[in-house]
Amino acid sequence: MSSDLDVFVGNTTLIDEEVYRLWLDGHSVAEAVARRLRGGVLEREGTSVAVLQSDTRDHYRTFQMLERLLHAPPRLLQQLLFQIPPERQALLVQRYYAFDEALARELLGKKLSKGTKKELDEVSARTGVGIRSCRRQFDNFKRVFKAVEELRGPLAENIQQLFLLPPALARDYAAIVFSGIWGLWERFWGFLGCPDPPFSSRDYAAIVFFANSRFETGKRRLQFLSFGDFAACAQSMMAHWSQGALAPEAADPDGDLPKSFLQDLKELKVLVSDKDLLDQHKSLVCSALRGKISVYNELEANFKALSRALVNVGGKLTHARDVRDFFVDLVEKVIEPCRSDKWSPGDLRLFLTHYTAAPRNLPGFRHQALWERYMAAISACLLRMYHD
Amino acid sequence: MPGKLKVKIVAGRHLPVMDRASDLTDAFVEVKFGNTTFKTDVYPKSLNPQWNSEWFKFEVDDEELQDEPLQITVLDHDTYSANDAIGKVYIDIDPLLYSEAATVISGWFPIYDTIHGIRGEINVVVKVDLFNDLNRFRQSSCGVKFFCTTSIPKCYRAVVIHGFVEELVVNEDPEYQWIDRIRTPRASNEARQRLISLMSGELQRKIGLKVLEMRGNAVVGYLQCFDLEGESGLVVRAIGTACTLDKLSNTSAFLPACNSPSKEMKEIPFNEDPNPNTYSSGPSTPLKNQTYSFSPSKSYSRQSSSSDTDLSLTPKTGMGSGSAGKEGGPFKTLLRQQTQSALEQREFPFFTLTTFPPGFLLHVGGVVSARSVKLLDRIHNPDEPETRDAWWAEIRQEIKSHAKALGCHAVVGYSESTSICEEVCILSASGTAAVLNPRFLQDGTMEGCLEQRIEEASPPGCGFCHIPYDELNMPFPAHLTYCYNCRKQKVPDVLFTTIDLPVEAIVVGKGCLIQARLCRLKKKAQAEANATSISNLLPFMEYEVHTQLMNKLKLRGMNALFGLRIQITVGENMLMGLASATGVYLAALPTPGGIQIAGKTPNDGTYEQHISHMQKKINDTIAKNKELYEINPPELPEEIIGSPIPEPRQRSRLLRSQSESSDEVTELDLSHGKKDAFVLEIDDTDAMEDVHSLLTDVPPPSGFYSCNTEIMPGINNWTPEIQMFTAVRVSRLSNINPTNQTLNKNFNDLCENLLKSLYFKLRSMVPCCLCHVNFTVALPEDELVQIAVTAVAITYDKNQALQANKAPTEKSQQRASTDNEEQLQFPLELSSDPLSSQPFSPAKEALEGASSHTGIPAAQRATSVDYSSFADRCNSWIELIKLKAQTIRRGSIKTTTSLEKASPLAEGYLRHRSVPSGTNSTVSVVKMTPLSFLPGAKITKYLGIINMFFIRETTSLREEGGVSGFLHAFIAEVFAMVRAHVAALGGNAVVSYIMKQCVFMENPNKNQAQCLINVSGDAVIFVRESELEALPVPAPTAQPAGSAGDVTT
Repeated sequence: MSSDLDVFVGNTTLIDEEVYRLWLDGHSVAEAVARRLRGGVLEREGTSVAVLQSDTRDHYRTFQMLERLLHAPPRLLQQLLFQIPPERQALLVQRYYAFDEALARELLGKKLSKGTKKELDEVSARTGVGIRSCRRQFDNFKRVFKAVEELRGPLAENIQQLFLLPPALARDYAAIVFSGIWGLWERFWGFLGCPDPPFSSRDYAAIVFFANSRFETGKRRLQFLSFGDFAACAQSMMAHWSQGALAPEAADPDGDLPKSFLQDLKELKVLVSDKDLLDQHKSLVCSALRGKISVYNELEANFKALSRALVNVGGKLTHARDVRDFFVDLVEKVIEPCRSDKWSPGDLRLFLTHYTAAPRNLPGFRHQALWERYMAAISACLLRMYHD
Repeated sequence: MPGKLKVKIVAGRHLPVMDRASDLTDAFVEVKFGNTTFKTDVYPKSLNPQWNSEWFKFEVDDEELQDEPLQITVLDHDTYSANDAIGKVYIDIDPLLYSEAATVISGWFPIYDTIHGIRGEINVVVKVDLFNDLNRFRQSSCGVKFFCTTSIPKCYRAVVIHGFVEELVVNEDPEYQWIDRIRTPRASNEARQRLISLMSGELQRKIGLKVLEMRGNAVVGYLQCFDLEGESGLVVRAIGTACTLDKLSNTSAFLPACNSPSKEMKEIPFNEDPNPNTYSSGPSTPLKNQTYSFSPSKSYSRQSSSSDTDLSLTPKTGMGSGSAGKEGGPFKTLLRQQTQSALEQREFPFFTLTTFPPGFLLHVGGVVSARSVKLLDRIHNPDEPETRDAWWAEIRQEIKSHAKALGCHAVVGYSESTSICEEVCILSASGTAAVLNPRFLQDGTMEGCLEQRIEEASPPGCGFCHIPYDELNMPFPAHLTYCYNCRKQKVPDVLFTTIDLPVEAIVVGKGCLIQARLCRLKKKAQAEANATSISNLLPFMEYEVHTQLMNKLKLRGMNALFGLRIQITVGENMLMGLASATGVYLAALPTPGGIQIAGKTPNDGTYEQHISHMQKKINDTIAKNKELYEINPPELPEEIIGSPIPEPRQRSRLLRSQSESSDEVTELDLSHGKKDAFVLEIDDTDAMEDVHSLLTDVPPPSGFYSCNTEIMPGINNWTPEIQMFTAVRVSRLSNINPTNQTLNKNFNDLCENLLKSLYFKLRSMVPCCLCHVNFTVALPEDELVQIAVTAVAITYDKNQALQANKAPTEKSQQRASTDNEEQLQFPLELSSDPLSSQPFSPAKEALEGASSHTGIPAAQRATSVDYSSFADRCNSWIELIKLKAQTIRRGSIKTTTSLEKASPLAEGYLRHRSVPSGTNSTVSVVKMTPLSFLPGAKITKYLGIINMFFIRETTSLREEGGVSGFLHAFIAEVFAMVRAHVAALGGNAVVSYIMKQCVFMENPNKNQAQCLINVSGDAVIFVRESELEALPVPAPTAQPAGSAGDVTT
C-alpha cells in the first residue's frame, strides 16, 4: 500500500533544524533519510523508515516553498502563508545565508558570472561542499552583490536590512563582496559607514577602473591563505584606512572632497627614496631591536629591501594594475623573505612595532600620522598572513 | 434600506508580475457587493500599489447583508486587451452585523486565485452602519450570534437552551451546468465559491430567523456542511442549538463556570472539598445502563419506522429531575412539568452541544444512531428542497425513537453527516440519548440563587452514568451493577457516548484514543441494486465496528467511550467504517472483565498452544495498558460491592422510593458482571485475524497521549504551547485480489502509520497530548483511500500531572471509605423529593407499574417500604434545614478555593510565556485550535463565525511538486486565509476550528488536480491568564517544562 499523497501542515510551520541542515547541504530526500538513519533517530524515537521518509519529504516541501521567500528575507517577515515564530525565521535566514569558508576562498577573486558557476563542479570536488550547496551559496553571493550594488550608504547596514542577516554575517558578506575580492573598490569604503568614498571626484574615474580589477588571490603562492585571512586583512585595512573619511573635513559642505588618503600615501615614498632617511630609519630600528630579536643579522641585511617593499605597496594603491598585486607583493616581498630567514611571528611583530614607531624620531619626516595609520593596517595584514 | 456598507481599499503588496516586459503590474481593484460594483484608480507600474481609495458605500438591506459576501477583485489593467484578474478576496461581513462582535474588518488579506493560489496581499477596511429596523416581518436575522463551539461559549451564560435548529438549501452545482463547458476553470471555480458563500449566508440567515422565532439570540454548536451531489446538485445544510445567551459582565465571578474546562472545573471535584458534599447523588432516576444501541440502518427503500419505538415513556422525563425536584416544592414540580411537556412538544429534542453547563446533563442512556441509504436524483426545483428535508426528517425521527427506547427524552452531542459516491448517498445521524435537567430549557427565568443552589446539589461525578431506563424493561441486554461511586443507583458495565467527558466525571487514570477500522468489499453495481447491497452491508459493519470498539476498550482496561464518532464511507467497490472515540475508566462503572479466547477445536494440541499463547499476549497487553494509562482503581472490599449493605446505608436506601425495588435482580447481574469475561471465539481464520488486528494497535510513544475529545481525561495542567495541524494521506490499495481481511489490514496500517508519523512530527513537544483527533475517510476513486486528520497537540506539565493524578484516586478512595457525609446528604435530597413528588404519585412509579408487568411484587414492596420509613423522613427534614445552610456556606467556600487553585497554574503559564512568543513580528500571530478553549488563556470576546470555502485547481501538477506539493501549498494557503480574516477582525485565535470537507481529485495523466476545502471556526480574542491576573503568590509546584527526559510512569 503506497502513499501517493502525504502531507502534514501545521498552523505553526514546523522547522526541523537537522533536516534543514541536510537540505541546505543539498542532499536529496533519500540521502537525507539515510543520514538521519545513521544519526540514530530510529532508535531514539522508535519509529519506522517510512515515517522518516514521510517526515523528510514534508520538510523538504516546506523548505522548497520557503526558498522563494528566503531570497528576499523581508518578505519572509511579511508573508502570511507560513506562520513561523520570529526566532525561527531568523534561524532560517541565517542558516540559508551562512557559507562555507572553503568555498568562499575558492570564489575569491573570481567573477560571479555564469562561467564561474559552471566551474562549481570542480570547486565542489576540491572543497567537499556538495554541488547543490555550492550553487546555492554562489547564488547567495550573487544575489547580495546585485541587491546592494546600486545602493548607496553603509554597506553592512544595507545588507543587514535587505537580507535580515545578523550583523556579524552581514559584515562577512560585506567583506567578501566588497573588500575588493570582487571589485568595487568604492564599496570598500562604503562598508565602513562613509556614504562617499574618500576620493576626490577627480579620482573617481580611476576608482571605477579599480572596481573592475580585482585583488589577485588565486595565485599559487597565495594558496596558503585562507578565506578568513583575506577577510581579516580586508577588515583591518578598512578599519584603519578609512578613518580619515570619518574625520570632520570629510563632510566638507562645499562638496569638495578631502585629499585622498591613497594619494597621500605617495608622500611616504620619501622614506625609501631619501637615502639619509632610509639609513637613519634603519639604524633606529636596528638599535632598538639589537639583542631582542633572534634574526638580527638577517634583519640588518634585508632592512632596505623590506622597507622598500612595505612603502611601495602603499604607493602603488592608486593604480589599478598594482592594486591587484597587493597581496602578492606582501607575500613575495615581505612574508617569503622573512620566512626563508626563519623569522618567528614574534620577531615580525617586534620588527613591525619598531619599524612603525621609529620615523617619529626621524628629522624632517612630516607624515607621522599618515604613516602610522598606513602601517597599522599593513602590520595587521602581515601578522595575520604570516603562517604556513 | 437598513444598512450601509463602507469599504476602503488601502494598498497592495507583493503582487505578481503581470507585465513581462516591465516586470511590473498596473493594478486596480473592483469592489462588488450584490449587484453594485466600484473600481479604484489604476496604480501604474508597481508591485506594491498604494490606492488609498475613497470610501465605497453600498446601501443595502440587511437581508442582503447577511447573504452576500463582499467580493474584492484585483486586476491588472491592460490598455489593449482584456484586464487580467490577479485574484480575489471574499469577505464575510456577518461578524459586523451583531453589536458585540467586531466593529471593523481591517487588515491584509491574501489575494487568492483558484488557479495560482495566493498572489500577494491587499489591505482593506470594511465597516457597516446598521439602522434599527423594527419590522416584525423582516426576513433578516441580524444580531443572532453563531458559534461553532459545541459548548456554552466561555464568556457567556446560558439563560435558556431552546433546542435544535436546522435548515437546508439546495442549488444546482455550477460545475455541472451547461455553461461550464464553455467557461474557463477559473470562472467555474469562482462561480462555485461565490454560490456556496451565498448559500451559506442564506442558510445562516434562515436559521437565525428560526432562532428569533424561538426567542433565542444565538446558535451554539453550529455545524454547516455541504453535499456535492454532482449532477443532482449542491446541498448546504446546517444544524445547531438555539440558545439565549447572556454576556457575563463580571467574568471573574463566574470563573468556575466560564473558564477553560481543563482546569478550574476539574479542580473542584479533584482537589478541593474532601467532604463529598457536592457528591450527593440525587436519588435521581431509576438505574440506567449500557449505552450503545446500534440502530438498524435503513435501506433506501424502507419507510421510516419512527413510531415503532414510541413507548409510553413520556413521564419518564420527570424522574430525571430528582435532584432538581428536591429544591423547590410544588412550584418547581409544576415548572418542571411544563418544561417537560415543552420538550416533548419539540419536534426534535436534539442538542448539538457536547459539553454542558454543570447540572444540565442528568443521565446518559447511550449512543443512538441511524443511517439511511438514498439514491440521488436531480433536484428539480431548488426552492423546494423537500426530498432532502424529508430524508433528514425521517432519520431524525428514528433517532428520536431510539432515544425514547433508552428512556431518554433528549439527544445530546447530536451530529449529521453524509457520504456520497456517484448517485448513492448514505445519510447518518448520531447522538447520545440523555435525560436533561429542564431548568435550562425553561423559558421563564429563575432567580440566580435558585440556580446556584441547584448547581451545588447537582449530581456529582457519577450521576450521569446512572441508567435512565427501566432495568426490568431494558431496551437491550446489559449487565447492571450498583454504581461504584455512590452505590445507590444502577450503572451499566460499559458506557458509549458521543459527548465530551462531563467535567464533573470521576475518572481513574488517563484516557486514550480508540479506533475501530473496517473495510467491506462490495460489488460494483448501479442505482437500486447498489443501494440495496450497501444497506444490506451496513448492519454488519455497525456490528463489527461495535465489537471492535468493545474489544479494544477492554484491551485497555477501560469502561467508557466519549466522543464516539462512527463514519461509514461509501466507495465504488467498498465500504469503510472508521469509529473514533476516547476511552476512559469511569470510577462509577465496574472494572471491565478481561478478554477470553476460546478455540473451536480443543483436541488439537498445537492449536491449543497457539490459543493460550494468544491469551497470554492479550492479558499482557491489558496489564501493560493499565499501567500505561494509570488505571488503578481503588480496590473495593468485596462486601461493599456485594450484598450486605451497611446499616446506615440501608436506611437511606429505604427512604428512597421505587427504584430500589429490584435489588435481587441487580445483585444477580452484579455477580455476572464480576465473573463474566468477554469471550472471543476463534472459529476460523477470520476470527484469528481479528484478534491479531486487536493487538496491532501500538500505544503512543512515551510522553504522548491522544484523545478525540476536547480535553484529555486525567490531564489538567496544560501549558500554553499548542500546535494545530492537518495531515492528509491518500493511499492506493494495490491488491489484485483484495479480500476483506487484506483490506482491513491495509486500512489499519494506514491509520496506525499516520498516527505514528504524527507522533514523530510532534516529538519536540513532548510531553504533550493530541486532542480532538479527527479522522475523515474518503474514497475518491477505486482503490484510493484518503484520510485527513485534524488535531491539536497541547503540551502539559508532567510534574503537575503526576500530582493531579493522585488526587482523583485519593478522592475516590475517600469516597469509598467515608460514609458519614453521605448519610447526612441523603436525607437532604430525599426528603425534599418525597415532599414534592410523592404525593402526586411520581412519574417513576407510574412508569414502573406500566412497563414492568413482571416485577409487580417488587413495586408493591417498594411502596410499603416507603411507609415504614415515614418517621425517618421526619427526622431528616430537620437535618435538611441544617444542611441547606451548610451547603450554601460550603458553596461559597468552594468557589473561592477554586479561584486560589487557579493561580498557581496561571503562574506556571507565566513562566512558560517568558519565551518570546513573537509579538514584534509584522504579522500578528493567530492561533488555531479545534478545541473550544486555549490552554492558559481566557477568551474575552467572540468576534464571529469563520466559514470559508475554497477551491484550488492546477493544470501544472508536476511543476507544483506533484499531488503532495499541490495539497501542501493549498492547506497552508487555507490556514493563511483563515488567519488573515481573524486578524482583520481584530482576533488572535480561532477556536472550534474544523475542516469539514477536503475533496481532492487528480488526473495525473492530464497533469491536473482539483481540491475543495471547507473550514469553519469561531474567531476570538484571548488574553493570557498570566496577563489577566496579577499573581503575587509564587508558584509552589510549577516546574519548567524542560523535564521532557523523564520517564513516563
